[in-house]
Amino acid sequence: MRQTLIIAGKEVRDGMRNRWILATTLLLAAFALTLAFLGASPTGAVNVSPLAITIVSLSSLSIFLLPLIALLLSYDAIVGEVDRGTMALLLAYPVTRWQVVIGKFLGHLAILAFATLVGFGAAGVALWLGGDNDPASWRAFVVLMLSSVALGGAFLAVGYVVSIAVRDRGTAGAIAISVWLLFVLIYDMALLGVLVADQGRIVSARMLDILLLLNPADAYRLLNLTGTEGVSTFAGLAGLAGQTGLSLPSLIGALLAWIAVPLGGAVALFARRPV
Amino acid sequence: MMEVALAAPPLVSREAPARVALITLSQIRKTFGRHVAVDDVDLDLAEGECIGLVGHNGAGKSTLIKLMLGLFRPTTGSVRVLGADPAGSAAAPSRAALGYLPENVAFQPSMTGIETLSFYARLKRQSARVVPELLDRVGLAASGRRRVGTYSKGMCQRLGLAQALLGNPRALLLDEPTSGLDPAARQDLYAIMRGLRDDGACVLISSHALAELEGQADRVVVMSRGRKVADGTLSTLRQLAGIHPLLRMRMDGGRVVESACDEATLPGMLRTLPPGATDIEIVRPSLDDIYAAFLHQEDLA
Repeated sequence: MRQTLIIAGKEVRDGMRNRWILATTLLLAAFALTLAFLGASPTGAVNVSPLAITIVSLSSLSIFLLPLIALLLSYDAIVGEVDRGTMALLLAYPVTRWQVVIGKFLGHLAILAFATLVGFGAAGVALWLGGDNDPASWRAFVVLMLSSVALGGAFLAVGYVVSIAVRDRGTAGAIAISVWLLFVLIYDMALLGVLVADQGRIVSARMLDILLLLNPADAYRLLNLTGTEGVSTFAGLAGLAGQTGLSLPSLIGALLAWIAVPLGGAVALFARRPV
Repeated sequence: MMEVALAAPPLVSREAPARVALITLSQIRKTFGRHVAVDDVDLDLAEGECIGLVGHNGAGKSTLIKLMLGLFRPTTGSVRVLGADPAGSAAAPSRAALGYLPENVAFQPSMTGIETLSFYARLKRQSARVVPELLDRVGLAASGRRRVGTYSKGMCQRLGLAQALLGNPRALLLDEPTSGLDPAARQDLYAIMRGLRDDGACVLISSHALAELEGQADRVVVMSRGRKVADGTLSTLRQLAGIHPLLRMRMDGGRVVESACDEATLPGMLRTLPPGATDIEIVRPSLDDIYAAFLHQEDLA
């Protein structure tokens, strides 16, 4: 454990040095604050909590942004160190390979969590000062922040698998971008296409639920758009989500499984990778 | 003129070290696909011994070191380092007593020398107090607060040496440690190596030039194309290489004559020098000649 935390600590320190933490925190805070202020303006007449609107727009933004940040942080984590020759030296120390993977992952997760909680938290503070005190919306906001960290963690773990599986950094970067495109853009479009073409003949509601859980971005979207009533009534596009039979625990479980399974795979792959 | 013994049984001689072997390779073979990187290598590295590992680029030196570190698993054969299989899951604690300096050592450029060394010290469970002391020992005391990205190649190499010395290792593996070091730093390195060896550590230093190891290595292992072609002290290697000293002189008419001899016949030849001979020289084979002879024998084998 001690060795794992030492490696995680070094990763966080690197993140501070190369301004990753600063840049991502500012980026997320800027987006969150913009959406909070934009979302707050037109709602006077319809009596919807500005926070609920902010949650809908923030979660739609996070689906694109957080996976991208996570993959950019992680794709180079292993292959880059092997390439520079620092990994051989690290493994000559009294550390095991799983400690290296888990330690680096925890360090990256801490960077991502800090940026998300501070960035989104800034928007929350702004709305709270603006006098929004609908408790259900605040619960949804906490769910949004925590599930955003989990979404980032899932794509970090996938990025680690990529970083360990390939031999050079360029390939890892290309695959990381493809992973992002696949999960964030192509998957939903393909799913929609299939649903339209199928007209409910083969793809049952049950099967659709499973297909949605097979993409961490969809699990995250459903978790945040259907999470609370105030939000789900306002998330017009969640017509699909409204019919889903997926419970909150199964969505949270899917997100956590999307962290644990790729991370376990990364550890197993790294045990056999030549350095 | 030169008479080189070309019979090629493996040229191995041991000075019967009764010391404890800290690193043992037995019957090692390592292949990458079809390429055979190391073949049929047996090697014992004992405590209190400084061993030179010599060979061309691609002769298998770095592969041997990476096998000792557990970065590679041998295709066949077994490796024991400080009582454990280095590629096994239980090897991590045993590496607390191992120091390694990689070839072309690299560090995170954004961290300072002190931060870098402190990180590695924590991993080896050393107190932070050793850091300034070690930086001083390798001559980096004044640069510890600078970022590693601003270091020259030689300074990186010194920092690499400092991390290898963390925790007074019982086994020290140095992969081409002198590349990039100026002559003064080289002497410092040799002095540190001697100190560790005298304290009972096993020091392995790899190099592509045998001459560099003169006076530093107690024993030299010569690798060629993945095989061990010689193993012994430098004086043994001199004899085994079969290169003879040359007696060179200038005759009356200014003509230069060379004749091969050996240590036994040399005094007799000196007594019967032809009259008028001047500029008399005894040319003993240099270490590079010896090295070349071993590689040549291996080529013919």
